[in-house]
Amino acid sequence: MRDFNGQTLSWQIVDGAIELVLHRDPCNEIGSRTLEELEKFATALPVLTNEVHAVIIHSTKAGFSAGADLRELFQRGQAMEKSAALRGVREFLERIHAVMNAIDAAPLTTIAAVHGVTFGGGFELALACDIIIADRMARFCFPELRLGLIPGFGGIPRLKRDLGNAVVRDLLLTGRSFNVTKAQQIGLVSQIAAEGEALRVARATASQVGKFGRQTAAAAKAFVKPIPYEELQREIDIFCQLYSRPAVEEGLRKFVESTDAQPYLP
Amino acid sequence: MPVPTIDRTLDEVLTLAASHFKVPREKLTPDDDFFKTLGIDSLQALDLLTRLEHHFRIELPDYELQGVSDFRTLANRIQARL
Repeated sequence: MRDFNGQTLSWQIVDGAIELVLHRDPCNEIGSRTLEELEKFATALPVLTNEVHAVIIHSTKAGFSAGADLRELFQRGQAMEKSAALRGVREFLERIHAVMNAIDAAPLTTIAAVHGVTFGGGFELALACDIIIADRMARFCFPELRLGLIPGFGGIPRLKRDLGNAVVRDLLLTGRSFNVTKAQQIGLVSQIAAEGEALRVARATASQVGKFGRQTAAAAKAFVKPIPYEELQREIDIFCQLYSRPAVEEGLRKFVESTDAQPYLP
Repeated sequence: MPVPTIDRTLDEVLTLAASHFKVPREKLTPDDDFFKTLGIDSLQALDLLTRLEHHFRIELPDYELQGVSDFRTLANRIQARL
C-alpha cells in the first residue's frame, strides 16, 4: 500500500521518504484503532522498503502523542471480567510491540519529528525510531508510574539502550516531564528545530540520508541499534503483573473521571 | 550574570504568560490562579512551563509545580532554580 488515509493516521511517499502522519484528536492517544492502522503500516513497510530510504513520523495535532488511550484501557477493563481484561491487555501489548519492533528493525532510516507533548506510548513510538528531531516546544515524559504501571510499549528497554541507566531511573521513577534542552543533553534528541519546524528539518535530514547507499545504511543501523527482544518481552510480563493490581484500576479511574484542569501534571 | 530579584522574575513570568496566551498584561496579578485567569488546561500549563524554562534557562521539574496555581508561587519556584 503506497499510501493510506485512516481515521487515526495516514501515510504517503514524499521525495523518497514515507511520511506517516498521526492525526487522531485530541492528541494522538494510542488505542485499538490506532493500533490496527499502525499494523497496516507495519505490514506495508517491507513492501515499500525498495522504494524509499527513510520514514518520517510526525503529527498534525497539538502534540506528537499523549500516549496510550487510557480511557479505552479503563473502559475495557470495566466492561469485562478481570482475567479477560488482562488477556486483552496482553494481546494489545504483544501487537503494539510487534509494530514497534518492525519500525525499530526496518532497514530504512526512521525519523520521529516531534513537537509538544510526547508522552508515554508516544514517547515510546519516537524511541523506536533511529533519530528524534524535536521542536523547541516538545516535552517528554513517562508518566506511567503515576497510574501504578510501567511503560508498556517498549519504552524502558529502548531508553536503556540509548541512555545511561542513572538518567533512565530518574525519568522513570519521578515520572517528570522534561524539555528539549534536557532531552538533547542526555542524548535522546539529536537535533532541535525552531517552533513548528521539526518536519522541515526531518525532511532535510531524510534527504541527506538518501545520498548514501541504502544497504550500507541498513548494515550500519543493524550494528549500532540492536533490538533488546528479551527485555521487551520481560516488560510485557511486568506490565501485566502490575495491571492486575487494584491500585491501577483506581489510578485509571482517577485519570478518566478527573474534571481537574491538571490531569497531565504529576 | 547576577540573579534577578524575585520581583523581576515575577514580572517576567506575568509578561510571558500574558504575551503567549494573549491576555492584557495589566489584567494579571501575582496571586491570580493562572489556570482560571489564562483559561488553560494542564497541557497548556506544560506549554507555559516549557516556555518559562527556555526563558529563564532553567530546568523546573513539573512535580515541583504540584498544587501550584498562582503566579507568585510559580515565580518563587523559578527563583529557587536561578
